[in-house]
Amino acid sequence: MTNSSAFLKTLVASAILFAGAASAAGGGVEMESAQVDISNKGSLQRGAALYMNYCSACHSLGYQRYSRMAEDIGLSEAQVTENLMFSDAKFGETMNTGMDAKKAEAWFGKAPPDLSLIARRKAEGADWVYSYLKSFYVDESRPMGWNNAVFPGASMPHVLWELQGSQHVLTEPKHEGGHCPKGEANGQCITGFSIPEHKKGSLSPEEYDQVARDLTTFLAYVGEPAASKRESIGVWAVLFLALFTLLAYFLKQEYWRDVH
Amino acid sequence: MNVIERTVANVTTWFNDRTPGLMPAYKKHMSEYYAPKNFNLWYYFGSLAMLVLVNQIVTGIFLTMNFKPSAAEAFASVEYIMRDVEGGWLIRYMHSTGASLFFVVVYLHMFRAMLYGSYQKPRELVWILGMLIFLTLMAEAFLGYVLPWGQMSYWGAQVIINLFGAIPVVGPELTEWIRGDYLVSDATLNRFFALHVIALPLVILLLVVLHLGALHEVGSNNPEGVDIKKVKDENGKPKDGIPFHPYYTVKDLFGVGFFLTIAAFILFFIPELGGLFLEYDNFIPTDPMVTPAHIKPVWYFTPYYAMLRAIPSFLGTQVWGVMVMGGAVLILFGLPWFDRCKVKSIRYRPMLHKVLISLFVIAFVTLAWLGMQSGSPVQTWTARGLTLFYFAFFLTMPFWSTWGQTKAVPDRVPDHD
Repeated sequence: MTNSSAFLKTLVASAILFAGAASAAGGGVEMESAQVDISNKGSLQRGAALYMNYCSACHSLGYQRYSRMAEDIGLSEAQVTENLMFSDAKFGETMNTGMDAKKAEAWFGKAPPDLSLIARRKAEGADWVYSYLKSFYVDESRPMGWNNAVFPGASMPHVLWELQGSQHVLTEPKHEGGHCPKGEANGQCITGFSIPEHKKGSLSPEEYDQVARDLTTFLAYVGEPAASKRESIGVWAVLFLALFTLLAYFLKQEYWRDVH
Repeated sequence: MNVIERTVANVTTWFNDRTPGLMPAYKKHMSEYYAPKNFNLWYYFGSLAMLVLVNQIVTGIFLTMNFKPSAAEAFASVEYIMRDVEGGWLIRYMHSTGASLFFVVVYLHMFRAMLYGSYQKPRELVWILGMLIFLTLMAEAFLGYVLPWGQMSYWGAQVIINLFGAIPVVGPELTEWIRGDYLVSDATLNRFFALHVIALPLVILLLVVLHLGALHEVGSNNPEGVDIKKVKDENGKPKDGIPFHPYYTVKDLFGVGFFLTIAAFILFFIPELGGLFLEYDNFIPTDPMVTPAHIKPVWYFTPYYAMLRAIPSFLGTQVWGVMVMGGAVLILFGLPWFDRCKVKSIRYRPMLHKVLISLFVIAFVTLAWLGMQSGSPVQTWTARGLTLFYFAFFLTMPFWSTWGQTKAVPDRVPDHD
């Protein structure tokens, strides 16, 4: 979100809250705010690099073109083809994965989904992606040895474990008919995560948060590449129309002077 | 006369010589259509509905240039429009925001008629034609919603088409005939595209012409419910009327500006409107193997959807819910005959009428909200109660609309608002 439209966002918060209340009333896991800023080119570029290195081997961005991405996040064709393209795709093509969907289904039980619209398909939006990336924990009962507090039973292993470290889940007994705001594990409420000393990742918790935020920012951008442009044009469009309305009002007053 | 004036006069004469009906038509519908001078806020929504209709047609034409009406390509082609077509995102949002605002405007336009008794004699036909537009618009919106081929498109189509399956005897064959297949498929999408972009827009345009034609024969009502044709000046023009053009064209221009400012705000800053205008599930491509946890229509259908769900199936058929839902829309056609009050406007009606209309609004909005919910027992029973009230409101109207003391309607319209 651009700074210029931040105040407009606040204005409509009530409208979103009203509408969101209807969809969020189901009572799911509480999301952590991703605080995404899709106008932050640095975050987008870091996110793109992280995505291509850690995600693109399995997940396609089947509606997004390399060229579109390059133009929008401020990279040249050479920068993208040399640093971010690991397949033999062409610059103008969509960002598909080399993974065979049939084999992937055999390996993971479910083919890794396309992530083009992952930040738009839930009411929680980008916050869901951010919370998901931070909520992997060790669960030996799962085929891959990993589970996720936000998306229980996810087939995906924690591909960023070297960065974050291996989280273990902290739980407390669930109250009768109670609700677990941070999700459930083995029928108990999750209260938080801990990372044992010998399983620490290469990044500090703050650094990992930034990694998750950059990735989320990138996926939020990919969800709607025109969003930045939309909001920056929008400020002028609304101002123009407001001025037009004012002038139309004066025109109407002028014409209506003889009507009593 | 200078050169410009001469040219204008010559061109006008040239056309008038060849199409003698043109100028009289312009006069009848614009420059000498006398509308009451006291139109208030509620009277903007008719012209706004026209504006949105034009918006839908123009943006729709541009969308069809890149949309692919096939099950394999539809979803991707919408994303292509959103990402790679120059200005495509703007066109698509204008169309999707316009669709919802069409219903906002039309619902308010219809409510205006209820407030001021605009459907009463001699405007019954205006109301009937308006209702036909509303009915066609609902079909048009449903067909259009299927086209992006997201999860809610597919499963929404599944639910709505299956409603026809509840009709005795012919139901199953009928659903097959609508789908063109045994299930919602490529054939369904392709024919829905044809109906959405050609058939129904033509019907709507024709009905709009008839709606306006019928209105201009009998003249517009107004917030006072006063018949302005009763008091005319020496030239035979209504004393309380003013020519539609330029007075109401310029006033509507202001309304258009105000409306577009709000529309632009939604379009540019909150195009999904928290999942109301664009549902989150519809950003997932159609997957016939995965049923969404919670299938619900877009907000403008939810009052009727709530009624459909509220009616339990008995005697082994769900046709009752379908009948109630259809009846809830069709009963509106009868409004001019249900209302037997001798005054038109709410301003001159007894308190009872004001209370009942207020309750009706509350019931309708609550039903809309209930239609978006998952449907707990409390919600279902609330919906049942409100459905009963909805029908009782109309069916008992012939009685209650005659009760109470109405105020005397003046001959003339007071000063304009």
